[in-house]
Amino acid sequence: MSDRLVVNKTYKQFIGGAFERSESGRSYPVAGVGGELLANAVQGSRKDVRDAVAAARSAQGGWAGRTAYNRGQILYRVAEVMESRRDEFSAEVARAGDGCSDEAAAQETTAAIDRWVWYAGWADKFATVLGGANPVAGPYFNLSVPEPVGVVGIVGFGEPPLLPLVSRLAPVIVSGNTAVVLASERCPLVAITLAETLALSDVPSGVVNIITGHRDELVPPLAGHVAVDSLDLTGCEPDMAADASRQAAATITRVVSASAAERQWADESAQSPYLIDAFCETKTVWHPKGR
Amino acid sequence: MEPVGDFDLEYAAALESTAPVRLGSQYGLFVEGEMVEPAAGRLAPTVNPATGEALAEVSVADAADVDRAVAAARTAWEGGWRDLPGAERAKYLYRVARLLQERAREFAVLETMDGGKPIRESRDLDIPLAAAHFFHYAGWADKLDYAFSGRRAAPLGVAAQVIPWNFPLLMAAWKLAPALACGNTAVLKPAPTTPLTALLLAEVLRDAELPPGVVNIITGDDAAGAALVAHPGVDKVAFTGSTEVGRAIAAEMAGTGKRLTLELGGKAANIVFDDAALDQVTEGIVNGIYFNGGQVCCAGSRLLVQETVADTVVGKLQRRMDTLRVGDPLDKNTDIGAINSQAQLDRITELVASGVAEGAELYTPDCVLPERGFFHAPALFTNVSTAHRIAQEEIFGPVLSVLTFRTAEEAVAKANNTPYGLSAGIWTEKGSRILWMADQMQAGVVWANTFNRFDPASPFGGYRESGYGREGGRAGLLPYVELVA
Repeated sequence: MSDRLVVNKTYKQFIGGAFERSESGRSYPVAGVGGELLANAVQGSRKDVRDAVAAARSAQGGWAGRTAYNRGQILYRVAEVMESRRDEFSAEVARAGDGCSDEAAAQETTAAIDRWVWYAGWADKFATVLGGANPVAGPYFNLSVPEPVGVVGIVGFGEPPLLPLVSRLAPVIVSGNTAVVLASERCPLVAITLAETLALSDVPSGVVNIITGHRDELVPPLAGHVAVDSLDLTGCEPDMAADASRQAAATITRVVSASAAERQWADESAQSPYLIDAFCETKTVWHPKGR
Repeated sequence: MEPVGDFDLEYAAALESTAPVRLGSQYGLFVEGEMVEPAAGRLAPTVNPATGEALAEVSVADAADVDRAVAAARTAWEGGWRDLPGAERAKYLYRVARLLQERAREFAVLETMDGGKPIRESRDLDIPLAAAHFFHYAGWADKLDYAFSGRRAAPLGVAAQVIPWNFPLLMAAWKLAPALACGNTAVLKPAPTTPLTALLLAEVLRDAELPPGVVNIITGDDAAGAALVAHPGVDKVAFTGSTEVGRAIAAEMAGTGKRLTLELGGKAANIVFDDAALDQVTEGIVNGIYFNGGQVCCAGSRLLVQETVADTVVGKLQRRMDTLRVGDPLDKNTDIGAINSQAQLDRITELVASGVAEGAELYTPDCVLPERGFFHAPALFTNVSTAHRIAQEEIFGPVLSVLTFRTAEEAVAKANNTPYGLSAGIWTEKGSRILWMADQMQAGVVWANTFNRFDPASPFGGYRESGYGREGGRAGLLPYVELVA
């Protein structure tokens, strides 16, 4: 290191394609492995959550309206851009939370990149695998197709901070959902670096929105929002998940949480077309046949 | 109908015989393969809604009975059902399907007596479809390895299943067939007003030699249903009924980790474009709203008709409504039978009154309703605004609200302007418009140039506040399995 002073990055929230501080003006310190200050993250507010949901809502139709081929290319593009910034991701993973070795951090980054590639390839295939023609007993054409449920609220898993986030986000957006993600409270920085990657990867504004801050403050407004169609509570502690599920019941919001097998983040069991399906609705269309 | 010339065109009644039905005077609970007395000995009558008279007394289960049924289901699951080869489970289900077919007339007549639906519907739709459901899922039992790519489908355990009164046996089949095919055992609770075909199904299950405890059927009131879904011994809850109760169940189960599927209410739009074949449309609208007296969660209760043909369509509808026959559900000529209960009739009457009070215009044919029993004439409202209660709330009766639109975009906006999302209808001769409209509908089932079609191979279930999960087809297996890597 020379005598040049390092230029530190300001980590802002990602809402509607813009990097913004909280409307509340608050921030909170994020500590590294040795307790040193890594950065001041934004301490998001309920208003920020509502803004993020609004951004996700308005982006959803357009994103779902893209061709599956196009969504697949965009997810693949995320992997490309991550690959080009892999050292930055690895360094952030290594120093977040309890930290890990450089080697483990590099593996985590590699697995996250590969997971984007895996889901990118599903974009134009999951409907073939999950839907199809139904042979009904009558002169009818009958077809079932999976459709995105709409806006999905994702409560991100705590640590490690990168692979679980990608593992839950990619299957949500590949089908045409948009997402509001609550980043890990303790290790939020890599989520924001991921947001920067998404912004550079042709992911349209509002498709992914990332809020940082305190869980107990942010989960209730997300879970209780009428415009949120599905919730992934994988990152919630049991009591908080139960409270959020009770809120979700008021609007019959679908609640999803990762199974034990899906929490083996580095394994193939953490990825599945049925995870895409978990954030889809099945629509079945009938039409008579006749001359 | 008025006599024409010298001919009286009025139909003579063509009553279906009740001879195949052998009613008991009292019914117990079906637990562990036996009919047993309820712990507290409570009984309640089940009423024929076409006469208002009691048909029999059925048991009212309490918490102790629920415990016993859940324990029986658990024992049966752990004691063999979960380990039985799929091919063997399949054969039990095929037996059930065949036994239902053999006793179809008896089931149809009993369904009509207990629930009030026209015999034509119970005979031609409810019972054959129930048998078909068992037949369809029987075939899945030994093919689960082919259903889910790269995953093995493991059963969940004991399923608690609470079903409604509008399609009693069919809903029992929709619940039991996939649960059993996937290797679960079940405790089924039929609706308080329509327990009898479920209890007759118990006979069929016994005749099929289904191992004791694999299916347990407990009758009772809403408290019994609540005790069942809240029971810590069940692994999965499936409920079909109102959105209000669905909300309560979802809240009750929050944090328990139990799997839940809900099939709830609806307020379907039936959308008619000006190029549609209007005579077919008329039949489709009538089928959409007056089938089972409109006591159907997917009923086409909001007619959205393009402005240019609105008067024509309403005129045709009114003429068609004049010919609908309301009356004895056992009469094979009857189009609209009895409303299921006094409580439901009161709700329909109240909502119809609200439509009149809010300024909508009511049309109802000049038909004579039977003097006893619970009946409601077919009703049609025009001058309806989207804010009216009759355009927003699920009525669950033979009441159609007519709204108009100008453009396809407006039709989409109005159709989706509801918290529900169960079904939708589209009527147009233009193929590209059908497919575009189908894409826009926030609904789990879209019927284009038809309405109210059901099939065991076809997934059924809603978007949004109409619930989650699907019944029918491969998608109908998912609520009853855990996918294991």
